[in-house]
Amino acid sequence: MADTVVRADERVITAAPQVRRDGNLARNVRAALMIWRRDIIRLFRMPARLISGIAQPMLFLFVLGAGLEGAIGSRGAAGVDYQQYLFPGILAMSVLTSALFSAMAIVWDREFGFMREMMVAPISRSALVIGKALGGGSVSVMQGIVLVVLAPVVGVSFTVASFFQMLGFLLLLAFALTAFGIVIGSRMQRMESFQMIMALVMQPMLFLSGAIFPLVQLPDWLGVITRLNPATYPVDAIRRVVLPKAVELEVLGWTVPLWADALITLGFGAAMLLLAVKLFDRTE
Amino acid sequence: MGSPSAIEVEGLVRRFGDFTAVNEVSFAVEPGELFGFLGPNGAGKTTTISILCTLLRPSGGAARVAGFDVDTQPGEVRSSIGLVFQELTLDDYLTGMQNLRFHAVLYGYPAAEVSGRATPLLEMVGLEDRADQQVRFYSGGMKRRLEIARGLLHSPRVLFLDEPTIGLDPQTRVHIWDYVDTLRKRESTTMFLTTHYMDEADRCDRIAIIDQGRIVAIDTPDALKNSVGLDTVVLNTSDDQVALEEIQRGLDVMGEHTDEGLRLRVPEGESFVPRLFEHLTVGVANVAMHRPSLDDVFIKYTGRDIRDAESGYSDRLRMNPMVRGFRREGS
Repeated sequence: MADTVVRADERVITAAPQVRRDGNLARNVRAALMIWRRDIIRLFRMPARLISGIAQPMLFLFVLGAGLEGAIGSRGAAGVDYQQYLFPGILAMSVLTSALFSAMAIVWDREFGFMREMMVAPISRSALVIGKALGGGSVSVMQGIVLVVLAPVVGVSFTVASFFQMLGFLLLLAFALTAFGIVIGSRMQRMESFQMIMALVMQPMLFLSGAIFPLVQLPDWLGVITRLNPATYPVDAIRRVVLPKAVELEVLGWTVPLWADALITLGFGAAMLLLAVKLFDRTE
Repeated sequence: MGSPSAIEVEGLVRRFGDFTAVNEVSFAVEPGELFGFLGPNGAGKTTTISILCTLLRPSGGAARVAGFDVDTQPGEVRSSIGLVFQELTLDDYLTGMQNLRFHAVLYGYPAAEVSGRATPLLEMVGLEDRADQQVRFYSGGMKRRLEIARGLLHSPRVLFLDEPTIGLDPQTRVHIWDYVDTLRKRESTTMFLTTHYMDEADRCDRIAIIDQGRIVAIDTPDALKNSVGLDTVVLNTSDDQVALEEIQRGLDVMGEHTDEGLRLRVPEGESFVPRLFEHLTVGVANVAMHRPSLDDVFIKYTGRDIRDAESGYSDRLRMNPMVRGFRREGS
């Protein structure tokens, strides 16, 4: 034992002094990428997460989808067969859920201390938040994209262009919702609040986004709420890319173009990101 | 740097609402010093450390670490310090080496430098064979050692050790202290230690005791023990009654009978014992002398036993919402 210590000493003496360190920007960029990579590594070390992430969307698609299809009948939903209508919805649903979850993993990190390792490091709060948004975003897109294998089962097909457009919108949705999740997480003190967030934020956001039912011929109050829900726009975009025949989203009689869906989602994500950085600065 | 002290705290105050957790605390830690920071739970230890590490902002007063102001230069402070917390702050799903690499990146080391620095440190804490294993398969002691290696990876000028050995078995504690000592000699890192273990407190160059948000004593362990006062001498003789009378008359020392034997309280035990032998006519079976321990010091200044404070570990577990949540479900 003593032998090892002495040997190790000598090496450190030669290694320790005068280490070249990164400049500020380079360090922050590398730190953000590292935080992102950590989330990816963790995803692949916990494959159960990937699998359990598929279970709920499949339940929706095959049980709810098949069940309601009979009730809705040949009229279809917003111009398409209900199960097909539901398919892009559950992609969005899977991404939305896991984006919020993985962002709120910062609460988990806080419980188990890893957050402190990042909080006392000489990196900016923006690097931390951006790294976390990238990480959570990527992880949730991967969880969503797994569901694409179900597309043929419900008779949905992709072109190369529509696949990548869909991927783009899934990324946007994931990024925006992760940023939103970080905002919630930065103010959450314990894991127990999770249930509450599920009931008060995640589920309403999902149900009111058009992921499950078309946002047409709704009572006025419901129409207003769904249009105020930021998740409505990426969900609309994803559906229109996947199902060109689906009815487009209208706000006050204005048919929302895809670029507006993208812009609204991006704007919401950016605003949440800024807010998250601000909140983190004050976190104690 | 402009400041000669490694840590300089002046009139530090921290309030939480109406509660003043840290109240006008001032002290300085010299470079290379092993400085012990003791106190009962809730005395303001963790709050003070959190301020020094820039995790909390002070409500008043000033603190400089490695020459940088914790309030106005938090970035500079953060790059000059290392931390080993009482809670583990490793990522269980990363390997030992990945945890170190993550840390190195956060502290701005180029990728090429990382393994050159990490490998000798892993060897030092005896984890070189485990470098590529995920941390969740490590034992408690191994995790702790990895934390210490990580805390040192960026050659911090000041290392904060917040109960670094809590919950570890004695053998692992000895090992960890071997590493820490080696390190102190080699890199003359300043160390700021909180602990509930007496033997660890005894290693410190100086100790500050904080109670109810104020520093109530600050000095070397020896000086603190002397400040408690009298040494205790316990002896067994062929006739304790006679011995006691002789001691009271001849040496002007009061004593009492106890289960262990005659117990005397005297100012300087070492010089008292030879005089004791000169005066006694009865045969002495055995003599034992106790200097005041840091435990006595702790009791004198805080009114509490240092080991009472130690029970805080299970308190903390109970306060941890995760554990609480599980318990509730379980019961």
